[in-house]
Parts: sequence; structure tokens; C-alpha cells
Amino acid sequence: MSEHTKDHVTLFDGKEYQEMFEDKKKYENVETDEKIKETLEWTKTQEYRDLNFAREELTINPLKACQPLGGLFAAIGFEETMPFVHGSQGCASYFRSHFMRHFREPFPTSCDAMTEDAAVFGGHNAMYLGLQNTYELYKPKMITMVTSCMSEVIGDDMNSFVKNAKEQGFIPNDLPVTFAHTPSFVGSHVVGYDNTMMHILQQMGQKRDHKTDRINVIMGFDTYIANFEEIKRIFKLFGAEMNLISDPSETLNSPTDGHYKMYRGGTPLDDLRDAPNSKATLLLQKYSTIKTVEFIEKEWGHPVKVVNPYGIEGSDDLMMAISELTGKPVPAELELERGQLIDAIADSYYWIHGKTCGINGDPDFAYGLSRFVTEMGAEPVHVLVTNGSKEWESDTRTMLDKSEFGKAAQLWPGKDMWHYRSLLFTEPVDFIIGNSYGKYLERDTGIALVRIGFPLQDRHHLHRYPTIGYKGGVQMLTWIVNRVLDDVDKKTMYTTSYDILR
Amino acid sequence: MQGSEKTGAMTKKHEVYYMANKTVKEHGVEVMEEILNGYNDATKKDRKKKLEVVTAEEEKSCIVANRKIRPGVMSMRGCAYAGAKGVVFGPIKDMIHISHGPVGCGQYSWAARRNFANGIPGIDNYVTMQITSDFQEKDIVFGGDKKLTKLIQEADQLFPLNKGVSILSECPIGLIGDDIEAVARATAKEIDKPVIPCRCEGFRGVSQSLGHHIANDSLRDWIYEAEVQGVEIEDSPYNIALIGDYNIGGDAWSSRKILEAMGLKVVSQSTGDSTVSEIANLTKAKVVLIHCYRSMNYISRYVEEKFGIPWVEFNFFGPTQIVKSMRKIAALFDETIQKKTEELIEKEYMPAFQKIVDKYKPRLEGKQCMLFVGGLRPRHTIPAFRDLGVEVTITGYEFAHNDDYARTLEYVENTTFMVDDMNEYEMEKLLETFKPDLVGSGIKEKYSTQKSGIPFRQMHSWDYSGPYHGVDGFAVFARDMDMAVNGAVWKKLTPPWK
Repeated sequence: MSEHTKDHVTLFDGKEYQEMFEDKKKYENVETDEKIKETLEWTKTQEYRDLNFAREELTINPLKACQPLGGLFAAIGFEETMPFVHGSQGCASYFRSHFMRHFREPFPTSCDAMTEDAAVFGGHNAMYLGLQNTYELYKPKMITMVTSCMSEVIGDDMNSFVKNAKEQGFIPNDLPVTFAHTPSFVGSHVVGYDNTMMHILQQMGQKRDHKTDRINVIMGFDTYIANFEEIKRIFKLFGAEMNLISDPSETLNSPTDGHYKMYRGGTPLDDLRDAPNSKATLLLQKYSTIKTVEFIEKEWGHPVKVVNPYGIEGSDDLMMAISELTGKPVPAELELERGQLIDAIADSYYWIHGKTCGINGDPDFAYGLSRFVTEMGAEPVHVLVTNGSKEWESDTRTMLDKSEFGKAAQLWPGKDMWHYRSLLFTEPVDFIIGNSYGKYLERDTGIALVRIGFPLQDRHHLHRYPTIGYKGGVQMLTWIVNRVLDDVDKKTMYTTSYDILR
Repeated sequence: MQGSEKTGAMTKKHEVYYMANKTVKEHGVEVMEEILNGYNDATKKDRKKKLEVVTAEEEKSCIVANRKIRPGVMSMRGCAYAGAKGVVFGPIKDMIHISHGPVGCGQYSWAARRNFANGIPGIDNYVTMQITSDFQEKDIVFGGDKKLTKLIQEADQLFPLNKGVSILSECPIGLIGDDIEAVARATAKEIDKPVIPCRCEGFRGVSQSLGHHIANDSLRDWIYEAEVQGVEIEDSPYNIALIGDYNIGGDAWSSRKILEAMGLKVVSQSTGDSTVSEIANLTKAKVVLIHCYRSMNYISRYVEEKFGIPWVEFNFFGPTQIVKSMRKIAALFDETIQKKTEELIEKEYMPAFQKIVDKYKPRLEGKQCMLFVGGLRPRHTIPAFRDLGVEVTITGYEFAHNDDYARTLEYVENTTFMVDDMNEYEMEKLLETFKPDLVGSGIKEKYSTQKSGIPFRQMHSWDYSGPYHGVDGFAVFARDMDMAVNGAVWKKLTPPWK
């Protein structure tokens, strides 16, 4: 069994294949090596950067997905809830594949598979049958619907469609079916999360006269499954009751034990219904919950706090927010954890302090990470957020200006990874932090990539670790410092600096 | 094998059915009825035409394929855009492929299909890039033609070594009535390169399949009818084209290696690791060899009709079919090629195959597999599995047509459950009832299958492995199937205290 089979990793290095590739060129109409080299070098210049930044309509390698994807992530966190796409089948399949490549977990999503006839006559018939079959086959307790751009462009009236589906008996009257408009041509997946969450709360919440002693917690588009466990643990240490609204931590971390179950865990629907009666709501992301916050403030009328729970200051904000909302002091255990994070940074920051870095990803994540790296003395040079708004830019600017390490940072909202490539060639940094797509830039520029973000499709299980709170801080520090050290090792491998002590 | 035989049957529980005096087919039909009874009447009526239990004796398949998806059943299908961009156009490496519309479609299909291509990414190879018009609300309201014109100009400036552009429409484009053909004509003149519009909006048709067809038609109209010229090539009686190979994990390369070893000259390869020139030069081949019939037969039929170039289907999965296909191809050429082919088979390939089979067959013999993939691979890989002693007992296609099911019967040797456009509900029932030893399907099916304790291989992306074509590919295929079925972890599902 020990003999290795050559697969794509090494097979094509062989002489036979290399000669074949060379020979194939005569049919390819490939440019000369000089021309290719010359073009490659040109793409690294300031001239190319100027041309690249002058483009107005072309988007190349953006870091954002579309609204319904975010909506489905909000949906999957509720008890026996089936996410549902009103629109083309292809969209549902794409969303599912995208999530499954990241989580390596099943991600059920139903769809009413609209086709050309629906484009002409409207999507109501497809929706009726879609709801009926979904209900009968998969027996959900709730269906949460989002739209794809097809149904948005033809302007389907979801409200009346869902009403009719019930009135005409396709699904029971008492089956909760929430719906949100999530047009792909507005915002990004974080906006879709927001829209969907807001509509779930609006359509499911039942305001009563009494208040419970609970705090609602909404995580936002947070794909680190361990963060859901982490926030529960933190509340437990506080001795405070929470109502975690959308909790996919069981369904997206299910065991392989010989029995597949489509639904696992999730926020109980009764808790969702009761959410307006909690005494406050705490949100752990800002830009993925803007409408949700507006809605809660206006309709539920209880205190709302939004924190960005990354790094020392972010975690401090989180603890103080919980303390303030619950009226309970920060427990000693968490203060100990804080000390442990400070301890870990003290151990490691010599390898990070003074290093420059680039950060890319979703807005809340990029905000939190750029603050965290300044807490270790690193200097973010580029913070690039394709789906970053003006508000994100001004918030991040204000925050970074407070640190001597953050002042020089350049913020790049609305830019894509091809812009980023130019930035990294003309103003290089020591390491970059971002999702898997960053590997193309690591290859092109030789700058080490620390994988934190979404999606992470080329490394395994990173989403199983926490990134929020003090423990999350230790985890992210570990990823960053060890990647930097790997890079140092790689660069010094054949020199005297290849130390066993780092 | 027949419906009344006693071994290798569709079910592990076959003993029970023999005690009840039922044949394997009878049992299969019962299971089918049970599945259908889970549906309401209208859906049952629809799905009834998609399920069938066949034996080796069957002469025709009763499945009615390539029909609309039943809403809400959780189909595994994708859309026309996926077929056109993801399959046909996307792998052409020296073209800029514009996902025209909102950002999502291009994002989810970004480098997700492992179409390997040589060249420097972003310089003379654009396969692993997500290039999009990123439609905003204003574009939906006012139309996107001006935007499209501008962005093609911008792309041509930023990627000067490109040899052409494709415009792949997403859903909104067809609904708002943009004229991408006019933009294509105008910009092609301006940049002096082919600009190919492709109306592959996701709502068209019922699956990826129409996207393949539309993409083939776009190539026909905007390459061949427009007389786009490839590079000059030396004429030879051995010039051939290899089409319908997308070079997943390097498939086309391990296939090409065999064809060239036979003495043939692959002057045009598409669309895996392909170029505009190679596609244009398809017309200079003496024979067109087609691997994925489902996705590119339209082009081969067109080229035959228009240029009189014959085409043949072949199958480079597994020893039996590779040898058969090599002989079939060689028979189209002279004795030199035939002699060389026989020598290759005898001296090189047979010993290589034997080594692989000797190593893996004892580990896989008697295993049963469910195989549910796109429009070709199930029937193409059934013989490769059989070469390793694995019987495929449940199969079907995501987006096949009726003729694909007819072609599948040729490969059926034992009682087989066939399903068209299988959905999650049906799959769960089938796995629960038949408990195959291995499932080959897509990413959406992978994790639920594994959770139920059944080893799984992705048979679209080769589960990040490959190549699977050719002699080199068979070694990888055999290793991977062994790795799946005999993975150490599958013996540990039950805790010792249970």
C-alpha cells in the first residue's frame, strides 16, 4: 500500500507532460515568453496601478457575494427551519455549494425552481408548489424565504403569494413562512443577512406586556461556528440568560455517526417569537445588522447595543456591554481570560510589532481585525473591503486614527482583489489577512497569507475555532504569529538564522 | 446478471426478499412505489416518469428526462449559466469571461471547477478569475449595455494578451431586454478580437444542459460562422480535435498523452486548457473525438454538417473502455496508427492496468456504488468501476436527455435503479434502503451521505484529486475509490460502549 500514486500534485511535472505542454503551444497562439514576461512585469508597476484604479465599470475578483446567500445563513440558525429560494434553481444550488465548500457540512435549501414561464406569468404557481412539496417532504417547522434576482426583476409580490398559498391550502395556515426581498443587485451578502433577519424578527416576533430577563444576541454574518458556542459560554460565566437569535452551531457542526439529520438545534421558534420581550438586544456585527437594529429600536423599544468583539478592546467592549445590559459584573473567569490574551500577545508581539499588513474581508471583520493587529503593534497599510460603505470607511478611519500604528492605514472600500494586487505590488506589506481567495495574491506577490475570513475553501476546519472574545483573540494571534514564523523559516531555511528558538 | 440472480443484488437485505420470493427487480419496484407514495398526486405523477428499475435485458429506458424540476423537492440541478460559463466557456484560458449581471453567479462559480490550464493567471490565462459587471439597481433600471461596452474596453486594456471576450448573461439581462449582441458586435470591432455573447440566463431551460447548448450555439455563430481564424497549422492526416474534455484535475492532459502516443496530432483541444485559436482550428481536424457527449455534441454535429468532419464518441475511463476506445479511434486511421495503438496497449498499457487492478481490485471487489452525476459520467465510469470489481446499482443524471438513458442501458449488467434529476428526499430514501458501499455524486450530496456513514467521492470535481482520464488517471481513480471505501475512519462510527 505504501507505493505512491502520482496525481495532479506531481504527475504533470514529469518530462513527458512538460514536453507535451511545450508542443501544445504551437496550436495555442500563445505569445512569446518575452512578451508574457514583459506584460507580467508591467502589471506590477505604478502605471498599471493607475490604469487599474481608473476603471469604472469592470469588477475583477470582488470580495462579496449576493444578498440571498447571507439570507440563507440567517435562516439556517432556527429550529427545524428550511431556507427557501424564490427564484431560479441554479441560485439555490450555488448558495448550497458555496456554504458546503466552506463548512464541509450539509446545507439544505429548497427552491421553487422558476423558469421562463414564471418570468412571463409570475412566480406564484412555482411558489405554491414549492412550498407544498417542501412542507410535505421535509416537514419543516418554519420556512424562511429569500428571493433571487429573477423574482426581484419581475417584481413578485411575496406577501400575497404566501398568503394565497395558505388560503388555497398548499400549506397549513399555521406554518410560519417568513419572506424577505433580497435583490442580488443591491448590497452584498451582509445586507441579505440583515434584510432576512429583520423580516424574520418582524414576521415572527410577538410582543407581549411582560419582559423576560433575557438578552437577545444576534451574531451577524459570522461563519465561525465556534463563536456561537463562545458567546454562550461567556453568558454562562456571567450567569446571565441569553436568547441567541439564529444559532447554526449544531446544524453546521453535526456528527458523523451513521444517521444524517437535516435539522439539528437552532433557536427554538418559541424563543424567536418571544424575542421582542427580552430586556435588551446585543449585536456582534454592525454592517450586517443596520436595518435589524433600526427595526428593534423602533418596534421593540428596548436597549440595543452593537459591539465589535475582536481583540482586546473589542472583547472589553463585549464584556462591558453584557455587564451593562445584564447589570452583572464581569466575572473573574473572564478577567483571567483577558490576562491570558494579554499574556499571549506579550509572548508573541515581537514578531509582529512594526510589521506591515493588509487586511481584506467583510466590513465588521476587517474593522475588528485591523484594530486587533494594531494592539500587537502591527501596522495595517491596506484595509480593503469590497462591500464596505462610506459609514464603514469613516468608522474605521476614526478607530485607526486613535492608534499610532493605525494612522498610516489606507482604507479601500468598494475595491476588489485585482485592485489589491496592484496595491501589494506598489506598496507591499509583510503579511496579508483574508479568505482563501488571498492565495492568488500570495502566489503573485510572495506575501504570506493568514487565512481568517469567509470563505475558507482550501484549508480545513478553521471555522471550528473561535475568533471573538479573549479566547478568540488568542486563537487569531496564534494563526497570525505562526504564519509569520513559517514565513521567517521559509526565508531563512538555508541561512544561519534558521533558529530552533523563535 | 439478471433480475432473478442471487448475488450482487441491489440490496444487502436480499436474503429477506428471496424468502419472500421476490426478484431484485420486484424489490426495486416496491422501493420505487414507496418513494413515490411519499409525494402528493401531482408530484407523484411527475416523478413517476423519472424513476425506473432496469435489468440487463431492458431494450429501452422509460425515463422521460430533461424536463422541468418539480418545485420544492430540493433538486441537485444548476442552471443554464452554470452550463455555459462553468462548463463550456469558463475553461477557455485566453478569453475574458464576463459574468454579466449581479455579482453572485460569478462569485459562486469562481475557480470552483478545477479546469486546469497552463499559462500565467491574470496575464495570459484568465480561468481562475471572477470577472463581472457587478450589476447595481441603476443598471437594472436603465439597462447595462453602456456599462458592458465600457467594461470590455477596460478589460482589454488591463489584460492586453487576451484573445477574446465572452459575455455570459445572468438572469436579469434577459428580463430587462439588454442587447448584448449589439454590444458584442461593436466592441469586437473596436478591440479587434472576438466578443461572444451568450444568452445563458439561469431561468432558461430546466438545467445546466440548455446552457451547454446555448454556449455551443454561441461558438457556432460567433467563431465558425464568423470565420475566426486560428494559427496556421501543418496539414496532416493525423490531425484530430479532442472536445468535451474540461481538464478537471488535468483530465484532458492524460487523455491527450494517449492520443499523441498513438501517433495522432491534437490540433484542437476544448474547452479544457483551450484557446480561441484551438477552438477555431477545430475545423482543421480530420476527426473530432468527443468525450463529454452531453455538453458538446451540438458543435460536433454542426461541424460534421457544415465542414464534413466526422465525429466519434470515446471513453477514457478505466482499462476496458480505454482499450476499446483506442481501437475504435485507431480504426479511423491507417495501419501505422493501428499498429502503434496495438503495441501501446500490449506493451505499456495492459501491464500498467494489470498492476493497478491487482493492487486495488481485491480491496474493492463486490462493493456496490451509487453514482449520480451530470449528463455523462455515470455511464462513462460504470465500466471503470466494474474493472475494479465495483457494481453500480443506483444511478442517474442531473441533466441528461432521453438519449443519455438509452446509451446507459448499454452498460447495465445488473439490476439497476435509475433516477433522473434525483432530489434530496429520494436520495435519502435510496441510501437508507440500499446502503451502498460508496456514493459518487456532487458537493451538495457529499456531507449528508458521509454523515449517514457511507463513503463518498465528489464525481464532478474529482474531490480535489484527479486526473481520472487515461492510464495515469485510472491509477488515481482506483486509489481514490479505495481510499474512500476503505478509509480507516469508517470503522469507527460506533463508540465502543454502544
